[in-house]
Amino acid sequence: MKLFNKKKRRGGVRPPVFGFFCLGFFFTAVIFANLISPYDPNEGDLFNTTMPPAWQEDGTMAHILGTDMLGRDILSRIIHGSRMSLLISVGCILFYGSLGVILGLISGFRGGRTDMFIMRLADLWLSLPGIILLFMLASIYGPSAKTIIITFGIMGWPNYARIVRGECLSLKQRDFVRLARVAGCSELRIMFSHILPNVFNTIIIMATIEVGGIIVLTATMSFLGLGTQPPSCDWGLMLAEGRQYITYAWWLVTFPGIAIVITVLGFNLTGDWLREVMDPKQKLR
Amino acid sequence: MQGYIAKRILIAIFTIFAVMTVVFFVFRLGPADPVAVMLSPNATPQDAENLTKKFGLDKPLIIQYGNFLKNVSKGDFGTSFRFNEPALKVLFERFPATLKLGLAAFFVSVSMGLCLGILSAVKPDSIIDRLGRLLALAGMSLPSFWVGVMLILFFGVTLRWLPIAGRGTAMHYVMPTLCMSLYPIALITRLSRSSMLDALKSDYVTMARIKGVPEFYVIMLHAFKNAAIPVITVIFGLFGALMVGSAVVVEYIFSWPGIGRLVMESYFARDYPVVQIFVIFVTFVVVSLNLIVDIVYAYIDPRIRYQ
Repeated sequence: MKLFNKKKRRGGVRPPVFGFFCLGFFFTAVIFANLISPYDPNEGDLFNTTMPPAWQEDGTMAHILGTDMLGRDILSRIIHGSRMSLLISVGCILFYGSLGVILGLISGFRGGRTDMFIMRLADLWLSLPGIILLFMLASIYGPSAKTIIITFGIMGWPNYARIVRGECLSLKQRDFVRLARVAGCSELRIMFSHILPNVFNTIIIMATIEVGGIIVLTATMSFLGLGTQPPSCDWGLMLAEGRQYITYAWWLVTFPGIAIVITVLGFNLTGDWLREVMDPKQKLR
Repeated sequence: MQGYIAKRILIAIFTIFAVMTVVFFVFRLGPADPVAVMLSPNATPQDAENLTKKFGLDKPLIIQYGNFLKNVSKGDFGTSFRFNEPALKVLFERFPATLKLGLAAFFVSVSMGLCLGILSAVKPDSIIDRLGRLLALAGMSLPSFWVGVMLILFFGVTLRWLPIAGRGTAMHYVMPTLCMSLYPIALITRLSRSSMLDALKSDYVTMARIKGVPEFYVIMLHAFKNAAIPVITVIFGLFGALMVGSAVVVEYIFSWPGIGRLVMESYFARDYPVVQIFVIFVTFVVVSLNLIVDIVYAYIDPRIRYQ
């Protein structure tokens, strides 16, 4: 009976076709932004401002999703905005991922007091809401994509450190690590060329799952005016600009939001699937 | 047990102290000159010097830090540039609005999340389970600021059913509460579902069923009581951080006169003392909540006490 259940469950992990579809959209936009976007995203046409999308009464096929208050084409801005989302989220994850992985490796490998110190620090860190650091940094260094990346970079490491430490603790006991020690490898070498490749799977899964959340967070920051500044193409920023015209131009706030949702759904579905396939032990959070 | 609580309290005090220190140095060492921000455009160099003296900014940094700690111990967190009143007072005037909204969102998200989580764990693959999973995915993937804007567009602008900004009547609470609780609902549903599924598979639940305990009591008394522990930690532990993060966003969108809106206004007006007190206050609230959770946790779960 139990065996049967297990089999059924394994068959139940279907690849998320819809998620792949969403990601396909997103990466096409990122890679071919210059080829497929009909207009220059920053070039306004002051004779055609706030045009509704093509299927509405005053819309034209020239601007399928309409134009904004400066006459810039919404579709082109959304396509180019995908690059900004990817850039910021990958920047954040690379920053705090590497910080977390290094601290986790040291913590798990060295053990003892170092381990205690780093893990206590991680506990402290997790109890602080990230947005307050962003307020501080943005009020001093000015809001920008760089401020966002630095803030989340500083805030995000504890999760990675914990997971990597856990894996490292069990890997440390394995024969290949002992052999490496006997062979006279330095601690650094064992950490980075023996243990690190073995935790890579976990890191990739975590990163995929987190991209979605990071995109939402960074878009929120740009929406609040704490992130990227005009005139750059950013979905959160487009929403913030469109908010003032919400009573008569619904398309300004709707389409950038749909772009965010499609992207985030893609990453979330794919991330959950990756975790189930590659690491069935871990449960959904 | 007492040692455990004492250790937790010490750590909490240390955290708040550390954050205050960081806040102090980040604001002082940054490139922005607070005096330049405060002065009007046609001020003379003499005015700048007077102001520098008045705030003690001409003294060495370490003495400034000492003065800062001395003032803080007296409950003085500086004066708001904008209102010319103590920053703490400005903050507390706006806090009740945030608290009310936060509590409303808290009750909605906990009750909805727990109901959906438990029901979907009890009947896997039923309609409720599918609905719960869909809602969890939506809550994780929909940015709350966009949901807020869409709610305004649909219920406020198109249908004109609900007021789009401000507070006063119960109707004003509907959209901000909904917007604020979407993510917590998703989180609690997901977590309570998975921990209930584990509990329902356990031996003690099978035992209770064999004894002939009615199914409702099996679920609520045997399974849920055990499944609740991780859920409680998340509910209270993340609650502070979540509420602060989404309070800023939601209050900004719906023009809710709480501390989230206050800190946005103060940030754009370069009113640093208010931003500073906000940071310290939020840390205090979040750290105290975590402390309470740790202590309650130790009472509920003896395994932690004897570690």
